[in-house]
Amino acid sequence: MDDLYREQIIDRYKHPLMKGTLEPNDYSYEDDNPLCGDRIRIDMRVDEKDIVTEAAFSGTGCAISQASADLLMESVVGKSLDEVKALTKEDILELLGIELGPVRLKCALLSLKVLKAGVYGLDELEEELARI
Amino acid sequence: MHTLTVLDIERVRGQFPILSRETKPGVPLIYLDSAATSQKPRQVIEAMSTYYERQNANIHRGIHRLAEEATESFESARDKVTEFIGAKSARQVIFTRNTTESVNLVAYSWGRANLGKGDLIVLTEMEHHSNMVPWQMLAQERGVRLAFVKVTEEGLLDLGSFHDLLENKPQLVAFTHMSNMLGTINPVKEMTRLAQEVGAVVLIDGAQSVPHLPVNISDIGADFYAFSAHKMCGPTGIGVLYGREDLLDEMPPFLGGGDMIKRVQLETFTVNDLPHKFEAGTPPIAEAIGLGAAIDFLTSIGMQAVHQHEKLLIERMLDRLEEVPGVRVYGPGVEHKGGVASFSFEGVHPHDVAQILDGQGIAVRAGHHCAMPIHEKFGLAATTRASFYLYNTVEEVDSLIEGLYQVKEVFG
Repeated sequence: MDDLYREQIIDRYKHPLMKGTLEPNDYSYEDDNPLCGDRIRIDMRVDEKDIVTEAAFSGTGCAISQASADLLMESVVGKSLDEVKALTKEDILELLGIELGPVRLKCALLSLKVLKAGVYGLDELEEELARI
Repeated sequence: MHTLTVLDIERVRGQFPILSRETKPGVPLIYLDSAATSQKPRQVIEAMSTYYERQNANIHRGIHRLAEEATESFESARDKVTEFIGAKSARQVIFTRNTTESVNLVAYSWGRANLGKGDLIVLTEMEHHSNMVPWQMLAQERGVRLAFVKVTEEGLLDLGSFHDLLENKPQLVAFTHMSNMLGTINPVKEMTRLAQEVGAVVLIDGAQSVPHLPVNISDIGADFYAFSAHKMCGPTGIGVLYGREDLLDEMPPFLGGGDMIKRVQLETFTVNDLPHKFEAGTPPIAEAIGLGAAIDFLTSIGMQAVHQHEKLLIERMLDRLEEVPGVRVYGPGVEHKGGVASFSFEGVHPHDVAQILDGQGIAVRAGHHCAMPIHEKFGLAATTRASFYLYNTVEEVDSLIEGLYQVKEVFG
């Protein structure tokens, strides 16, 4: 079996813990990767201290993109928005526990891009995306 | 006929060094991505090395031994292309970088000289981006209109829609000989005749056909025909534009620079004769020689044999795909199809299908295959595509099917 499809990834893909939408929400953003048709929406609620209290994702895509979205959403609950902004590519790879080539890396990072687009203002976003 | 007797497969495979490698220890390579690029036989690789080791020099005008030999090798490659595609003269065979550049050359040079506001270009819904975007760019710049021949559910061009569009008297009709997604082989000779009857110039994208089918462009009658070397056992970096000589003569040059001129003064230049008029700068010399060697190789096997062999493979593939639950293949049945099978797998993303197959050494492609509009037409973002060439075997098709059962096991 391919290393990429470790049990955790397949399990998260088939039985996501964080899949759904939050209405109302404090942060919501949706984007897609037209090259592979993956689409992810991320919703979050935060408390008065800007700590993420609830998070959910929805959308479609490959196992890597969906599992990474699920793991990412789980990891942001309890984090401050500043901590969410500071998340990096390495954090995602650590959550997934696998190494990825350049093509699949895009799949894995789609949820992080959507998340950052949601929490950053649009002005800051492009600068930030260039760093991912 | 169900045995693969059309060509000596072991002998053919023996000529492709890469086919004996493993993708990881103990896992042999099963290469099913030839529609993206083909593998290269030893004689192509050696022809290019020999050029660099023995003849390397810039061509044309050099008055020394190496330059003369290099020029002769380069021009003899052009002669081989001329014969291979049934062109009447080597003046009609222009070396470009690839199919994309060939189409762009026509769009820039012929298109900008001949098309203007209100003119009409007819394309089809099954075009590769390379035969779509150059025309979209021209349309945006010049106010030219675009119209598209519809594709049927089965994956064939809707010839009724083609006839209807021709009634609008398009100036240019451009279509693919063989779809890189559906595998559809279009009735290009008939389409060319019909389009020319209403006065249109016809351009055919032959990127998938020249490598896999016997193609005689004079017989088809197209005004322009484009293809790439790298999909037909040759190197990357060289493609061909075939053109009708009178059109090429009238067209303004494309890129300016050395080799495309007869004479240059400070303020003016005189263009060179065909085909050099469209070949500015030092061309890909080794690549042209590699293309010539690829043509020698394919000719020694015979394009009819290549086509028959792939037909047997695709027949087997379509038969066996039917037994895999959840798989849907796009495109027509074998009678209209080349060696390309794009399919979806219910509940599994094409990336995941391709990745699991890769774990078994099987190289397929996952994505939109540079044909987003046709994917959209079938409600797809992406598909998994297996594509064959003369070096593939029935056993490899069977391995692919076993691989798909593995996918099912992982994601089922």
